[in-house]
Amino acid sequence: MVAKFDLNDDSVVVVIGTGAGGGVLSNELAQQGVKVVALEAGGRYLPEDYINDEWDSFAQLAWTDARTTSGSWRVARDFAGLPAWIVKAVGGTTTHWAGASIRFQDHEWKALTTYGKVEGANLLDWPIDAAEMAPWYEKAETKLGVTRTGDRAGLPGNNNFKVFEKGAKAVGYSEVHTGRMAINSRDYDDRMACQQTGFCFQGCKWGAKWSAAYTDIPRGEATGNLEVRERSHVARILHNDQGKVTGVEYFDKDGNLQMQKARIVCVAGNSFESPRLLLNSASSMFPNGLANSSGMVGKNYMRHTTGSVYAIFDKPVRMWRGTTMAGIMQDEARHDPSRGFVGGYELETLSLGLPFMAAFLNPGAWGRSFTTALDSYENMAGMWIVGEDMPQLTNGVTLSDTKDQFGLPVANVNFDDHPNDIAMRNHAYQRGIAIYEAVGATRTMPTTPYPSTHNLGTNRMSEKPEDGVVNKWGQSHDIANLFVSDGSQFTTGAAENPTLTIVALAIRQADHIAREMSAGNI
Amino acid sequence: MKHSRELKRPVSPQMAGLTRRALLARAVAAGSMAVIGTGFIAAPDAAWAVEVTVITPEQMATLVQMARDIYPHDRLADRFYAVAVKGYDDAAQQALVAEGVAALDAAAKAQGHANYVSIGWEDDRVKVLQAIESTPFFQTVRAGLVTGLYNQKEIWPLFGYEGESFSQGGYIERGFNDIDWL
Repeated sequence: MVAKFDLNDDSVVVVIGTGAGGGVLSNELAQQGVKVVALEAGGRYLPEDYINDEWDSFAQLAWTDARTTSGSWRVARDFAGLPAWIVKAVGGTTTHWAGASIRFQDHEWKALTTYGKVEGANLLDWPIDAAEMAPWYEKAETKLGVTRTGDRAGLPGNNNFKVFEKGAKAVGYSEVHTGRMAINSRDYDDRMACQQTGFCFQGCKWGAKWSAAYTDIPRGEATGNLEVRERSHVARILHNDQGKVTGVEYFDKDGNLQMQKARIVCVAGNSFESPRLLLNSASSMFPNGLANSSGMVGKNYMRHTTGSVYAIFDKPVRMWRGTTMAGIMQDEARHDPSRGFVGGYELETLSLGLPFMAAFLNPGAWGRSFTTALDSYENMAGMWIVGEDMPQLTNGVTLSDTKDQFGLPVANVNFDDHPNDIAMRNHAYQRGIAIYEAVGATRTMPTTPYPSTHNLGTNRMSEKPEDGVVNKWGQSHDIANLFVSDGSQFTTGAAENPTLTIVALAIRQADHIAREMSAGNI
Repeated sequence: MKHSRELKRPVSPQMAGLTRRALLARAVAAGSMAVIGTGFIAAPDAAWAVEVTVITPEQMATLVQMARDIYPHDRLADRFYAVAVKGYDDAAQQALVAEGVAALDAAAKAQGHANYVSIGWEDDRVKVLQAIESTPFFQTVRAGLVTGLYNQKEIWPLFGYEGESFSQGGYIERGFNDIDWL
């Protein structure tokens, strides 16, 4: 029985966003008997709705509401209105993600201590560590059914992985395998095994990949404690004279402004929308936006040091067949400043279909250099770089002069690479090229970063209130009943794909909130 | 029109009944394409034809040649480029096209050619395109081609791309790991 709560019910927890953070948090709270209203800007799409077609799927799932960009990153030039490729739908970007689920390395929780001060970077240690997170990671891995954890077997390698694996081993790498993936290698938790269909980015039509859209969300609803209101765009978080939040104003599916009262508000709209909402909620008591006494709301935006390497061979690879992210090489994930940068990176196989390859291989390029590469599409292999980038005060989200369809200022995303990011990317390009040349590549293409998929850090977690926005529970330093529950709470980004950590933090936060509510503390 | 492949619109009745010979007899050379009568361009062998109602056949022929020169794929027939630029035959695009094609031909003249489509070598046409590369006209046409050309499902097999696979059960039994040359 799906719950229906009254707008004036001030006993509910309002969760804004239903992705890896908000979707998991909503279910975990509902399972513990907490009443939750989840407000989701997007609509609801399930496996039967997903489309095996890149542009049609993009039109169905992607967040294409207005955003603006600035800074020297190439995305601002090539995709000025699309700083991120993320999803507007129930389940958020867990419909689109590739499924890579790897834990932070122990030292990555303590970036400032481990790397020391880096000029131009605003590094900080997380207020939590690997030992604290270990049990939550285990719960997250069990929830997602992560391969190569517990007793779950790895996935079989596809053609793209086989090329990658042989090349990586030929140049001396040893930590090469088909990844720890939230994609079933056999039936698990009422979800079937991977059918090697490809189109992981377009929503898994088999449900073999974990997504909150068809796991946590319906399970939360089945408790009778969770109401998901889709196509509900939150405009503002409200507060009282005591500085506690009291509810939210949102535009419902018909465009009407509604007000939902709340005991607690949890913001999980991703690293663009969450700080945007806090900034758009400015009031006379909080003129710089909610939870922003530190001035850190919207700052320290991280997007991982990314890039791709595609290579052409003299024979077919057909990289699009099978899981999109089919394997990983982790030897370079360590912290080893002798390489000329701090932190590390992972290399992970990746493929794009022909339409997206045309859009992303070298945006803006034309002529034979570009088209002869596409002519060899069938003979291409591909990998993606994901490495730790440096938090910088000047990278982040501010309110734009542009307004959205509701008249609300949109997020402007400003980004410049840090010299450490550039050094790491160049190192990764060289190693990726070496991997493919070791198996006979006739042409290699170090490819510019795509619009961001890993968006982190704009409401960061800190021990001290002056250094960040939230404490070690994701609770805002300034307002006790206001939480941040998505990747924006990341203090630093580490080298790993962030979803597993977002999920682990959400499970842990739900446990904390339920306990604090029972104790009457919030 | 037994030989004509229809594009997005049906071929006009005006063309029905014309033999291939008659078609070619009426054709006016426009690069590798032919302007046929009023309102049409066609391949010289009449393998395809496209009707225009707003812009001129010469302008459409220029756009098709320009599209090929921006994203040249020797295995793609002209008709795919024609489909990709067919949307410019629209009142809202008329001024952009007229001014853009005029500027392109002016750039060609400045480099010693009669007009753009009459230039024999791709390399020479590319030099002309480079002269107008920063114009909104060029950038609009180029950006539109990224989806207008590469999102035509009909071209995917020519690149080996197989498209949708769910309805066939994915690749688990169809070669996801069949690489045999490593």
